[in-house]
Amino acid sequence: MNPTPPIQTSDFVLQTSTRRGLNPARAVLDNGVVLLAKHTTTTPAVSINLAIRAGSACDPPDAPGTTWLLSRVIDRGTAKRSAADIAEALDSRGITITIAVTRQLFSLVCTCLAEDFEAVLALLGEIVITPSLLDREIETRKGEVITAIRQDDDNPAVRASESLMALLYPDGHPYGRRTKGSIEVVETLTRDRLLHLHDQRFAPTELSAAIVGDVNPSHVHDVAAGVFGRWQNAAPPPITLPPVRHATRRQRLVIPMMNKAQADIAYGFTTITRRDPDYYAFWLMNNAFGQYSIGGRLGDSIRERQGMAYYVSSSLDANVAEGPLVIRAGVSPANVDRAVASIDEEITRLITEGLTPKELDESRRYLIGSIPRALETNAAIASFLQIAEFFGLGLDYDVRLPDLLGAVTLDQANAAARRALHPERATIVIAGPYADVESDNRLIG
Amino acid sequence: MRATTLDNGLKVLVQEEHTAPLASVWCWYKVGSKDERPGLTGVSHWVEHMNFKGTTNIPRDQVKGIIEQYGGSWNGYTWIDQTTYLETATRDALDRMLFIESERMANCLYHPDDCESERTVIISELQGGENDPDQLLDQEVTATAFKAHPYQHPTIGWLPDLKAMTRDDLYGYYRRYYVPNNATLVIVGDVDTDEALRRVEHYFGGIQPGRDLERLRTVEPDQTGERHLTIRKEGTTAYLKVAFHAPSATDDRFVPIVILDAVLAGAKGLNLWSSFRTAPPQRSARLYRALVERGLASSVSGSIVPTQQPFLYTVSVTATDGTSLTSVEAATLEELDRVRQDGITDTELAKAKAQLKARLVFDNDSVTNIAHQLGYFETIASVDVFTALPSRIAAVTCEAVADAARSLLAPSNRTVGWFEPLPIGNGSGKSEVGSTKSEVRSLKSEV
Repeated sequence: MNPTPPIQTSDFVLQTSTRRGLNPARAVLDNGVVLLAKHTTTTPAVSINLAIRAGSACDPPDAPGTTWLLSRVIDRGTAKRSAADIAEALDSRGITITIAVTRQLFSLVCTCLAEDFEAVLALLGEIVITPSLLDREIETRKGEVITAIRQDDDNPAVRASESLMALLYPDGHPYGRRTKGSIEVVETLTRDRLLHLHDQRFAPTELSAAIVGDVNPSHVHDVAAGVFGRWQNAAPPPITLPPVRHATRRQRLVIPMMNKAQADIAYGFTTITRRDPDYYAFWLMNNAFGQYSIGGRLGDSIRERQGMAYYVSSSLDANVAEGPLVIRAGVSPANVDRAVASIDEEITRLITEGLTPKELDESRRYLIGSIPRALETNAAIASFLQIAEFFGLGLDYDVRLPDLLGAVTLDQANAAARRALHPERATIVIAGPYADVESDNRLIG
Repeated sequence: MRATTLDNGLKVLVQEEHTAPLASVWCWYKVGSKDERPGLTGVSHWVEHMNFKGTTNIPRDQVKGIIEQYGGSWNGYTWIDQTTYLETATRDALDRMLFIESERMANCLYHPDDCESERTVIISELQGGENDPDQLLDQEVTATAFKAHPYQHPTIGWLPDLKAMTRDDLYGYYRRYYVPNNATLVIVGDVDTDEALRRVEHYFGGIQPGRDLERLRTVEPDQTGERHLTIRKEGTTAYLKVAFHAPSATDDRFVPIVILDAVLAGAKGLNLWSSFRTAPPQRSARLYRALVERGLASSVSGSIVPTQQPFLYTVSVTATDGTSLTSVEAATLEELDRVRQDGITDTELAKAKAQLKARLVFDNDSVTNIAHQLGYFETIASVDVFTALPSRIAAVTCEAVADAARSLLAPSNRTVGWFEPLPIGNGSGKSEVGSTKSEVRSLKSEV
């Protein structure tokens, strides 16, 4: 799954960038665990970000949502500690573990006081390596997950986004599946199934630990080696993602939700992988189109000039497979058609007339200038280091990033728009108090 | 941190933080939805929106990009006591940030076309909130808990008021409240204090003060009986809220109630801007164990926010699929009654204090968050209330928490709200879009 194999080294100190910038320390334990550390003194606290290459793309094809349920129950007991023991260990230190599942990664993230670092990392290690996954915990968390799925079913924004992904990535592609799965599947999941998934996908070769805060990197290395160094489990086979098929026609799906006050629009395309050489051109193009200031060109048109929406923006999620570019807007049901038409118009204007040099320059200056702000907190730095590690961007990525953005030409940004955006091949989902006859509601079940 | 006041009454707080090459500027106004009279609900928030739409010296089309060119972010928010604006950017943007805030204070345009355009944006924001049953219930519970005090109406306003408000209403409100003697400017970051104060004087010193503001003086009368409301609306999930009238930030009972909340639902921290971004440590908390661990609820949370005047302590519960609100309410009230009867233990007190100690550290991890806390507390009370928090927390005893719990959690002081989902697709939803069927199910009087 990792597109770029990590540089194998046991020398924690030498494997650092010599240029200014974050200059994190990186080491790989003998069993394959990657350690990333950065010393900061902003607060007497430490952020720990453990990323395992075991995201929802690892779900068994017949059981979407297995990884999500695992994420809800993994910290509810280990070989050595009960759920109550863990609760006490966390609560007495004021700590919350946030466990997140993306398509590619299963992450455990928390911030603790520096004085608690050793104890908290030891606890996290137990959770990752030896979760007990007891039946009674699984049953309780199933109830929570089913309730969350029911809440999502009543949320127009979630319905629109998830349905868009299902249309963009059809036929069971992992990117098109609901991360939480379905109630029917969740109800059938068993302890054996979760244990099997954990055993198959959780291995030292899949773990990257980013630790940022008021703790010395050499101490991080010693503590992390003690926690993870003896962990042994065979490396799992790589996940093979099916090829992404780009849409060849315009699709429109309406999900009537007549109990709601506002409609949510999700309008998107499949685009590129994160490793695509045009990535930075796409990033700049998307910023100017749907992010800069208050939603870029889209915000200027739909919110500022026409007053149609409280929010409208676009997001680019280039990933291991060709990720989506998604435009989202929340509008009054009376304005749905006008908002979709405005998105069409803005796309057409972008691909025919292109960005102006001023627009590209503004977005470039903004993205480069925002790097210090984006890397201000320990948690943000840890997250940044994990992304750089996952995509093999290098320890000096923060230093090189301005040059990478600076090298993008206007022609490249405009070519990115022409490559990605085509109103005639757009996939559009509208969820809310709205119904029309254009939609082909058979598109998804 | 250095505090000073300009001749025109503008309070200025500057704190140097040299950990990153950044500066955060916040300009706070002592005006929020509690200052709105009937018919003008939502005006504070709408004015906030209008104050991003150009000034005499910042043309409308140059608003966009003025901070972004420094890699900066900007935003603003309005709540019951306050309206605030912020920019965080590289330190070399300090002058620009001060210029923007001085312009916002004195020279906003309020073009009629922009006022009209923003009306639909704000109604869209309101409708987006109505899509969330939990938010809808919160709005109704708050409106039911307060009979007299203007904390009763939502900050975004009531829809009829938003439809009727005029440009003159907006502009008049702006001119009345956006004056230096009603504001606090906060600067935190990689700056030199003396130089920063010189620049503040340069940009703000010439702005004339406004006349003394007359404030609404409504005091909410004591609640004399439990109130109960039910929203029945198409949906999938049942929600419960139990709200109690709670003391203001300066009241001696406030911090004991913060401790009580930590024992019941985990400590959140006290930063309205950042605390909610991380879930509280709550797995050993009483309500979590009574509701979530028993499978009755998928989530439970408590909310006690520092406010200028007495507001609410609210417990919010999401019932698990198939669990009745009757049983969720019974389990919640049983736990609240238990702590009201028996107080908390020494162990719980120590844990709550440890949680709050950590949360206060986590809440101050950026120049933006630090600046928020200084300005927030200065606006609702005094920055001294913020700096005194650690010592106030340390001084709390089990007895103080028990005393606070006895008065706070009295049945006669509570408002109970249900969101009871009706089956989706029964045909009633379409004609009721945007409306809420709310009814008082019962009104128990208990003195």
